Amino acid sequence: MYKYVIKRLLALIPVILGVIFIIYLILYLTPGDAVTTILGVNYTEEAAERVREELGLNQPFLVQFGTYVLNLCRLDFGNSYITGLPVIEQIAARFPATFILVFVSMALCTILSLPVGVQSAVKPNSFFSNFTSALSMIGIALPTFWLGLMLILWFSVGLGWLPSTGSLSVKGLILPSITLCASFMAGTMRTTRSSMLEALNQDYIRTAKAKGVAHKDVINKHALKNALLPVITVIGMNVGSQLGGSVLTETVFAFPGLGRLLMDGINTRDTPTVLGALVVMALCIGLCNLLVDIIFAFVDPRIKSQYSKGR
Amino acid sequence: MEETKKIITRKEILKQFKKKTQFQEILTRFLRNRLAIVGIVMFAIILLIAIFAPLLADYQTEALGMNPSERLQGPSMAHWFGTDEMGRDVFARVVHGARTSLSIGFIATLFSLLIGGALGAIAGYVGGWLDEVIMRVMDVMLCLPEMLLAIAIVAAFGTSTTNMVIAIGISRVPRFARIVRSSVLTVRGMEYVEAARAIGANSFTIVTRHVLMNCLAPIIVQISLIFASAILAISSLSFLGLGIQPPAPEWGNMLATGRQYMRGNSHLVLAPGLAIFFSIFSLNLLGDGLRDALDPRLKQ
Repeated sequence: MYKYVIKRLLALIPVILGVIFIIYLILYLTPGDAVTTILGVNYTEEAAERVREELGLNQPFLVQFGTYVLNLCRLDFGNSYITGLPVIEQIAARFPATFILVFVSMALCTILSLPVGVQSAVKPNSFFSNFTSALSMIGIALPTFWLGLMLILWFSVGLGWLPSTGSLSVKGLILPSITLCASFMAGTMRTTRSSMLEALNQDYIRTAKAKGVAHKDVINKHALKNALLPVITVIGMNVGSQLGGSVLTETVFAFPGLGRLLMDGINTRDTPTVLGALVVMALCIGLCNLLVDIIFAFVDPRIKSQYSKGR
Repeated sequence: MEETKKIITRKEILKQFKKKTQFQEILTRFLRNRLAIVGIVMFAIILLIAIFAPLLADYQTEALGMNPSERLQGPSMAHWFGTDEMGRDVFARVVHGARTSLSIGFIATLFSLLIGGALGAIAGYVGGWLDEVIMRVMDVMLCLPEMLLAIAIVAAFGTSTTNMVIAIGISRVPRFARIVRSSVLTVRGMEYVEAARAIGANSFTIVTRHVLMNCLAPIIVQISLIFASAILAISSLSFLGLGIQPPAPEWGNMLATGRQYMRGNSHLVLAPGLAIFFSIFSLNLLGDGLRDALDPRLKQ
């Protein structure tokens, strides 16, 4: 089993390196000079040269990229151009908030959309099924940030139940996580529904029904277990998009997370911070894909058997 | 003389008849889908509004002209959607915002279609190491969410309309490349491609004339879906302050400024948000309808 995990882990490394390379290349091409960000508009050529020397900006691109990656291995993301503090400290301060936000919204999304998807597959032409698929059409088209504003209008301005700014408390997490998960619920629900429909059409379902297995067990044990694989894939893929969406959600709710750090970095032209935030997000997405692969191995006996003893 | 004329007309009739059948089939399938009709009508209305925006409201005086004495008014007969914090007519700004969103969204979609389509066609048709290299790069790009990639590009090159088009276009290239590649792969081995090669057509002609023409269905569906996602991306980036800058009317930046005044002035965030919602909603319905009509096999 661990052989499979190691194989996946090794396959992940070139992908993550590739992603970091793309991000680094894009930010390297920035027309503005780091020197103006650090020294302001008025600076002497000598001072500028010293700064370039210090940051290694006079080196060739590949050398700079190599140094950056090597430093990353030691968790060194460089220093912020604005505050001069190590970027890793800022990231460490902001990361837990985003992690919790994405985690809560993922959990919410899964808890809500799985049963609904299953139920609408069990009774495909019912009112419930049509109603929820209409809802999911609407959910996909709702812009994340607008939904956030609407929720603020109703629940904090209108009813006064919840705070309009997000924070790491139960009350402060409700609106941001609903905002973040809404657009992903639709996709998860649709995948669950279609994958369940497919599973329910299989022969083994008929066999299970014929030998008298209880309806509940047919659905939960026979159908759902087999229908779960594509759902897990979609949920795993959502994590990446949720991190992208968290930039918007955090802006709407002034939530102190990585997305805000990224936006602040962009607004102050603080390249190391922008780079660091993006790289951490990319790492999270990569690790999440790895996690999905590992879960797959546990859920899907076909993968397990490939790596079992005797092969 | 009369005899030949008759034959030609009959041939033409037959030709027309034969040509129409597939199109007609698709059309009837499309028209039978009620949701698709709703989608296309809704989108047509939005498109007409965008095209005839100057007739509905004047850009200079109504969408940009400030009028402090009428600031933050609710909806009325004079101002259908009310006025914003500078006394500008929100209806005029939403209408002109449609122009911005649709035109830029279309250009960005076209941009990613051209690049992604070319890459996908080369990867699928040529194959070999080139295919391997192109698709690995696309896989890496797919690991990064489209939103983050677009933010990174705009952050690096600065905020301007051109950069936003490039950012949105490039971040959607992998999607087109994948779709085009997989359809090219299925078509590549067909007999008519072989026939075209046998009569001496060069690779460029074969790909553009014979291969791509037969992969149109999934590409068209993807165009409508990516158009929707491009419109969403434009407003998202503008909302973050990385896209179209105020005072130019754009739904995303209207939401960003309207948000500060939304307590008691909900019309400021309601109208632009609904505009975004209906554009995306209609394009998604249209895309789903097109998919079902163009390729009935996909429906299961």
